[in-house]
Amino acid sequence: MLLSLKVAAVAVAFSLPVGIAVAWLLSRREFWGKTLLNGLVHLPLIMPPVVTGYLLLITFGRKGSVGMLLESWFGLVFSFRWTGAALAAAVMGFPLLVRSIRLSMDAVDRRLEAAASTLGAPPAYVFLTVTLPLALPGVLAGMVLGFAKAIGEFGATITFVSNIPGETQTLASAIYTYTQVPGGDVAAMRLTLISIAISFAALIASEVLARRLAARMGEG
Amino acid sequence: MLDIAIRHQQGGFSLEAVLQIGEGLTALFGPSGSGKTTLINLVAGLVRPEQGQIRLSGETWSDSDHGVFLPAHRRRIGYVFQEPRLFPHMTVRQNLAYGERLLPRTERRESLPRIADLLHLSPLLDRRPQHLSGGEKQRVALGRALMASPRLLLMDEPLSALDSELKLQILPDIERIRDEVGIPILYVSHSVEEVARLATRVVVLERGKTIAIGAPDAVLSNVPRGAGALPAGNFISATITAHHQADGLTEAQSGTGPLFLRAVDLPPGTEIRVFVPVADIVLATAEVSGLSALNRLAGQITDIQRENGSAVAVVVDCSGEPMVVEVTRRSATQLGLAIGKPVHLLFKTVSIAREGLFRRG
Repeated sequence: MLLSLKVAAVAVAFSLPVGIAVAWLLSRREFWGKTLLNGLVHLPLIMPPVVTGYLLLITFGRKGSVGMLLESWFGLVFSFRWTGAALAAAVMGFPLLVRSIRLSMDAVDRRLEAAASTLGAPPAYVFLTVTLPLALPGVLAGMVLGFAKAIGEFGATITFVSNIPGETQTLASAIYTYTQVPGGDVAAMRLTLISIAISFAALIASEVLARRLAARMGEG
Repeated sequence: MLDIAIRHQQGGFSLEAVLQIGEGLTALFGPSGSGKTTLINLVAGLVRPEQGQIRLSGETWSDSDHGVFLPAHRRRIGYVFQEPRLFPHMTVRQNLAYGERLLPRTERRESLPRIADLLHLSPLLDRRPQHLSGGEKQRVALGRALMASPRLLLMDEPLSALDSELKLQILPDIERIRDEVGIPILYVSHSVEEVARLATRVVVLERGKTIAIGAPDAVLSNVPRGAGALPAGNFISATITAHHQADGLTEAQSGTGPLFLRAVDLPPGTEIRVFVPVADIVLATAEVSGLSALNRLAGQITDIQRENGSAVAVVVDCSGEPMVVEVTRRSATQLGLAIGKPVHLLFKTVSIAREGLFRRG
């Protein structure tokens, strides 16, 4: 199911910059409504996925306010397209992504950031050369978690974009479909094995990368 | 010239300072909790002062009346912290170059080879910080600050985390930076030996107030009045005359007699200064025998000052060198100490810290 990989990859790629920005806000800034933002980010993790999917449908659907705007301005349509599946996957994976990045940013020694600023580094430069590289293991872990969530996402996807073969039928919904038809067990099992393989590959890849990073920093 | 006139409140602690800091190394000296680090962080721009101004050579860094606050990264300073704070994901070379890369080419004053040479870092350049010893890390931190071509160098107890062996290795480096780099240095310390050795000027802080400003000789021997929390001492000038290899001692001739010191690696004829902590000097009214202290100086009492509590500060003139000694009021009475009375000052060889003995600059 290449579609699933595409959906998950797009979901992670687009949510990563936003995720890093939100994680930084939560980790380094004090502002009014911080608790609210934190809650909002984590909401998809706690709410039933179907609720998230339904909310997406009424906001990003063709008749939803945001959906209509996006369609008339950019010709971008989410509902019942693979882009919608990616959006659903991104929203569902976002809490995991942000959480992991934020935790690793919290762990970055702020005294190092202060040292960088005394050496003449403006805040954005400090972030790019000190904070982000040191938080990289967490960023990576967040990406893997987000990717895994995106691959396996079912509830919000099926509610938002349905289960259209070739357009929005992801791995999870395909397995579900096969289990519903007589004689689909073999096909379902095949897809199950594939999904296990993908999950394993992602985990191992992240492990290897994390170890390399750790070696580069000498567990410093 | 750095101009400071600030008042700052932090928790229950308030800091007030009016200071001018010029060329050379100015030591901010005082017990912990006296506000030294707060003051240096205000100068660095890491903390915003509540009230007052900070200026460097006419450029305003901080002015509460006009709402001016220049952030740390625009002050062109070098800051060496108590901990090295090296970037763990970069090599020594990358650490050193960090500040330099941010400067326009025309403003770069230092070069990596020169700094690496000055601080003996050449063999370490491709290593990562976690593979360095404590002393090496602190030298890299020093080099990194210098590579940013700062207009002011701030150092916050840069040696306090090192053992005395490592201190001895780095002290000459700091002396060289003081003499060769030619920028004002603000150096926070609570070690009287470090201050005695490095400072060209001393500012003493106590409970957030500056209580003394002046040359190290004058300030350090006058500190003990009052709280008595500061280890103050006396400087003696001397010339090395001999090394007694068998005993591990170095002998030096001072104006008042011979001194026996721990062996140092300086040739005979070298002029040195020795810092003797006030608290380690014993006063005797007569020549004594059967005592282990090797150093005995004869002199005459010129002044006796009452201190708070049980102590008395006695100033003794030892052939032109004024020495301050602290004794209890009880012994002062028992010994009948009075101005003009001849006395002997005794102190042990080991009372003089190794960093308290140095070449006269």
